[in-house]
Amino acid sequence: MAMKLSDEEQDILAGKAGPVPQTALQHQIKVGEFFGAADFVPVTQAHIMADTESLGEAGVVWLEGLAAATEGQRRVRIPTITDPRGTDFANADWLGQTRTMLDLERRAIAAFEGLGVAMTNTCINYQTIQAPTRNEHAAFGDTGVVIYSNSVCGARSNFEGGPSALAAGLTGRTPRYGFHLPEHRRATLRIEVDHTPASLNEWGALGGVIGRIAGNYWAVPVVEGIEGAPKSDQLKHFGAAMASFGSTALFHLVGLTPEAARLSDVAEADLLRHRIAKADIDALQQSYHTDDSVDVVVFSAPQLSLYELGDLASLCDGRRFSVPLLAVTSPQVKPDADRMGYTARIEAAGGNVLSGMCFYQSYAREISEAKGWKRLATNSAKLVNILGGYGYRPMLASMEQCVDAAASGKLAKS
Amino acid sequence: MSDKIFRARHAMGPVVRGIALVAHDGFSARYDLDRINGIFSRPAHKLAGQSYVGKILILDTAKGGVATAWMLHEMKSRGIVPLAIVLNSVNPILAQGAALGDLPMLAGFDEDITAAVPNGAEVEINPQMKLLTVVKGRGAS
Repeated sequence: MAMKLSDEEQDILAGKAGPVPQTALQHQIKVGEFFGAADFVPVTQAHIMADTESLGEAGVVWLEGLAAATEGQRRVRIPTITDPRGTDFANADWLGQTRTMLDLERRAIAAFEGLGVAMTNTCINYQTIQAPTRNEHAAFGDTGVVIYSNSVCGARSNFEGGPSALAAGLTGRTPRYGFHLPEHRRATLRIEVDHTPASLNEWGALGGVIGRIAGNYWAVPVVEGIEGAPKSDQLKHFGAAMASFGSTALFHLVGLTPEAARLSDVAEADLLRHRIAKADIDALQQSYHTDDSVDVVVFSAPQLSLYELGDLASLCDGRRFSVPLLAVTSPQVKPDADRMGYTARIEAAGGNVLSGMCFYQSYAREISEAKGWKRLATNSAKLVNILGGYGYRPMLASMEQCVDAAASGKLAKS
Repeated sequence: MSDKIFRARHAMGPVVRGIALVAHDGFSARYDLDRINGIFSRPAHKLAGQSYVGKILILDTAKGGVATAWMLHEMKSRGIVPLAIVLNSVNPILAQGAALGDLPMLAGFDEDITAAVPNGAEVEINPQMKLLTVVKGRGAS
């Protein structure tokens, strides 16, 4: 069924606002009609995932084509920001990244700037730029951003891949389907947990277990049994892993997240129940422990908050690393980490603090080949889920165990 | 003929005919593929080591992150791309990627499409009619 278009949308589609918004709206209509969207919904912010490993030459040429349009007809209409880039230019040589990769990055950045996009280069914009509010409709890329915004903030966004998030920025709207609709925000499965995680890797592992059970984008888990009030970084790892393992975009925590003050607010009484014990969380973590030695330690995915960097700096004091340790953060957090002395303390132990990239979005396969890194320890469940396809043997452990591994080259069993 | 024709709820792209590569597993271009060599690279994937180039991929569900929205377009520019993608359950990213890459896609069936279509069968995808037809191989008329 054809989407209902307002007068303004019909003008955009007719090209009266220029070819760039016209192209954007055409793309959005294709997607909207695929999902049976009745119409468009205005959005207040957009967030674009567009690392050049994903874009490739073809994607950059496509962006440059849009950016070549007449000034006044090519700029985004709402605040539109970016996910991490494919490099940290200051550390690109050390990472073994090539001039071709960096040239492609520079071209992509120039094109985005020509379109009026703000290069924030962060996947934790809900911690660093501006968190959305309850019922705010947005067009966010990065699955971790979407699941946190939907679940913890109560905002409304689908997964908007780079082309669609940019289109939303250019038109100020997005097709009204999926998690913009109240009926899709109801829980579809019930999760009962008998163990509340403490460490970030445990929170991520729990998210991964739930994501595997949920299994697809349209599944919405409602979780009971979490004790206390989880912190932002804990829910960041929980949601990012759930989205990664399950393609999940929304969860509810009974009594904690804004739409689920009571179970009955989001769930029917007869929902299928699943129980998750500590053994299930441990089993997921142990399934990745495939070697006792590590080539590299990486903290990334999502980028680290200032608090995480502070914790890491404390663990680095007095240590001397025998294998590389990378800590990846956002361009907003990095200057504060520098001012607080966290960066210097991590680097004094032999670590590297990188900014504006995220490890798996930065030519991870090529880095592995250039640096000889295969066995990788991290506290990110999301990262271990992704890197297997890039030729790594990723292992999941606590931040403390990972720092120990950086010092000794050996990863202890949990 | 009714057991050889399957109707999807979601469809886009042009009509194509080709060989089906079928597995009851998920799909993410970032997580699962060696996009340079055109093979499934994730060791745990049921199609690990197999080429997806020019095949009609028939899989269970869209998985993982948002990168596929760009990657299908990039893969098509190099000709290292599936001919079409068919899924039991789709997410917005796969649909957005198919829209940018002009790749045929069907999703949402009344039965498990990965069990209904034999691996290696010749199938036709008709997005205008929202139909998948097994035209040759086991299960065809």
